[in-house]
Amino acid sequence: MDGDAILAALRARFGGALAETHARRGDHTAVVERGALLDVLRHCRDDGALGFDMLMDLTAADYAKFPGREDGPRFEVVYHLYSVRYNHRLRLKVRVSEDDPVVPTASGLWPIADWFEREVWDMFGVRFTGHPNLKRLLLYEEFVGHPLRKDYPINRRQPLIGPKI
Amino acid sequence: MDVAPTGPATTREFMLGEGAGTGSGTQPMQLGVGPQHPAMHGIIRIVTELDGEVIRKADVEIGYLHRAFEKDCEVGSWNNAIPYTDRLNYVSPLINNFGYCSAVEKLLGIDVTERCQYIRVVMSEISRICDHLTCVGASSMELGAFTVFLYMIKAREFLWELVEDVTGARLTISYGRVGGVKADLPAAFGDKMRAAFKQVREVLDEVHRLLTGNRIFMDRMVGVGKLSREETIGYAITGPLLRAVGVPYDVRRAQPYYVYDRLDWEVATQAAGDNYARYLVRMAEMEQSMRIAEQALDQMPGGPINVDPEGRPLDPAAYVDQGKQGKTEGLLLLPITLSPNLQGQDRAAQARVNTDDKRVVLPPKENTYGSIEGLMNHFMLIMEGYGIRPPPGEAYFAVEGANGELGFYVVSDGSDRPYRVRCRPPCLPPLAALHRMIEGEWIGDLIPTFGSVNMIGGELDR
Repeated sequence: MDGDAILAALRARFGGALAETHARRGDHTAVVERGALLDVLRHCRDDGALGFDMLMDLTAADYAKFPGREDGPRFEVVYHLYSVRYNHRLRLKVRVSEDDPVVPTASGLWPIADWFEREVWDMFGVRFTGHPNLKRLLLYEEFVGHPLRKDYPINRRQPLIGPKI
Repeated sequence: MDVAPTGPATTREFMLGEGAGTGSGTQPMQLGVGPQHPAMHGIIRIVTELDGEVIRKADVEIGYLHRAFEKDCEVGSWNNAIPYTDRLNYVSPLINNFGYCSAVEKLLGIDVTERCQYIRVVMSEISRICDHLTCVGASSMELGAFTVFLYMIKAREFLWELVEDVTGARLTISYGRVGGVKADLPAAFGDKMRAAFKQVREVLDEVHRLLTGNRIFMDRMVGVGKLSREETIGYAITGPLLRAVGVPYDVRRAQPYYVYDRLDWEVATQAAGDNYARYLVRMAEMEQSMRIAEQALDQMPGGPINVDPEGRPLDPAAYVDQGKQGKTEGLLLLPITLSPNLQGQDRAAQARVNTDDKRVVLPPKENTYGSIEGLMNHFMLIMEGYGIRPPPGEAYFAVEGANGELGFYVVSDGSDRPYRVRCRPPCLPPLAALHRMIEGEWIGDLIPTFGSVNMIGGELDR
C-alpha cells in the first residue's frame, strides 16, 4: 500500500479522530486525537492491509517556541511506524497541552514502547498512563526538570547528589 | 523458603538472614554487573538476580554516557551538529554524518551530486566493515580468542588509514556536509582501497578458519542469547540482529537511498537468532560491504581528479590582492594553492562532490578569495543568524547504520538552528530487549551475548 492509500484508509475508518493528514517531503503523516490514539495504533498494527508490526521510533517535540504555534498544544508525541511485511512507513502524531501532558501507553502493543516512552518522560515530562515502569531512562532519578523542554536552559546546573557527609 | 525456622538459627540463617531456610532451600542473589566492568565494552549496568549461576531476572540501566546530543544540536547552527554526530557511533562515524546530512537535505529538498552519492556509499561501507570488525573481534576476545581480536584490529587499521586519507582524521572525522562532503576523494584512492580490502579479506579468511566451526567458539555461541522473530520485531530491533532471525530487512535494500539500488549485493540472513547467527551475519556483511564499495568505485562518475596545470597557481593572499586591485579578469579561473588544512576546498575538488546550491554549500575558496559574491556567500553561510535555513517542517530519514536503522527526525522552524534533532539510535532497541536474551541463561553467557548486541555507548545514550 502506498502512503496515500494508507492515509485514505485511516481517514475512512477513523474520520473525525484524525485532526490532519499530509504527505510533506514524502513522509505520510496523520495527526490523531488523543482519545483515539490507542485505537488507531492498534488498528495500524493488527489490520491485515496495514500490518505495522514495528514501532520504529517514538519521540516528542516541544512547540512552545515554534513561530506561530506558541499558543497551541505544547507537545507533540511522534510515532514512526514501519511494516516489515509490506515495507511501508507512517508517522502518527498526537498533540497534548502543557496542563495535561498525558498520553496512553503503547507498551501493550509493542514492547519497545516501554523504553521509548521512558525516554520521552525523561526528556519532556510527558506522562504515559498505564506504563508499567515509568521512570527516567537516560538521566538519574534526582534530576530536576525535563531537559529537552524549550524552557530548560542548556546551561542550568543541577543540585549535587550523593551521600551527605 | 516456607520452612519455618525451628530452634536456634543455623549458620546459613546467620549468613543470609532470617527465613533463609535450614539448608535445603535456596535464595536468589543480586549481582550488579557494571557500570564499569573490564569485560563490558561500554558503560552500562545490568542488575541480575541469580539462582546459582542462572540469571533469573535482569534489569538493564543505561544513560551513563548521556551528553545531551539532542539538546546541543538545538543551540548551534545546522552544520554545528555534524561533529556531534561523529560521536554517536564512534566506530562508524561516517554513516552518522551522512544520515544527519541526508535528513537535512530532505528537509531542504535538495539532491546531492551523483559522485557525492557514490562517495557516501563507499565511505559508509568502509565504516560498516570497521564496525563489524570491532564487534566480532571484541566479542571473540571475551571468549578467549585474543588472536582474532588482534587480527581484526589489524584489518581495521588498514581501513582507518583509508578513512584518514580521505577525511584527515581517524575517529572524529566530520566529513559529511549538508549538500555534499568536505572534499573529494584523494588521488589513487581506488588502488589504496583495493589493497586494503585484499588484506581485510585475508584476515576474514583467517578468522573464518579460526572461529567458524571451532568447537569452543560454537559451544559458547550456538543457541545462546536467542531471541524469537516476534520479539525481535516487537522490540523494533533492526540490523544484524534482525537479519539473524531470518528477516531480510535492510534499509539499503528495502528503501534504497543514494545509489544502493544500482549495485549488486545480497542481504545476508540466518535463521537461528542466536549469537552464532549474529556472528555469521556480520561476517557475511563485511564481504558484501566490500563488494558494494568496489562496485561503487568502479561506477563512480567523474574519474580521477586532475587539477588543470595550465594556470599559474596563486597563494590566497595574492589572490585577494588581485581582487582588491580590480584585476578580476580571468581571476576566478586560476587555481589556488591552499594551506594543507583547507585541502580539498578548491573549485576542482568541490565541483564534482557538492551540490550547486548557494543556500547550503560553501563556495570554493577561489570564489571566496577572488570575488565579492563568493565572499558574501561564504559569510552568509557562516555568520550567526544566517547560514542554512531549511523551510519550516519536519523530515525523517533513515540509513542503514552498522547496528541497524539509524534515523534522524529533524524539525525546522525556518531559522538557522535546528528546532529539534532526534536520533533514532539502532543500539537502543537491542538493549531494551537484552534482558529477554539473558534471562534463563548462565551468568557466563551474559558477556558474549552483550558482545553480540554490539552496544555503542555514544549512540545509545546520546
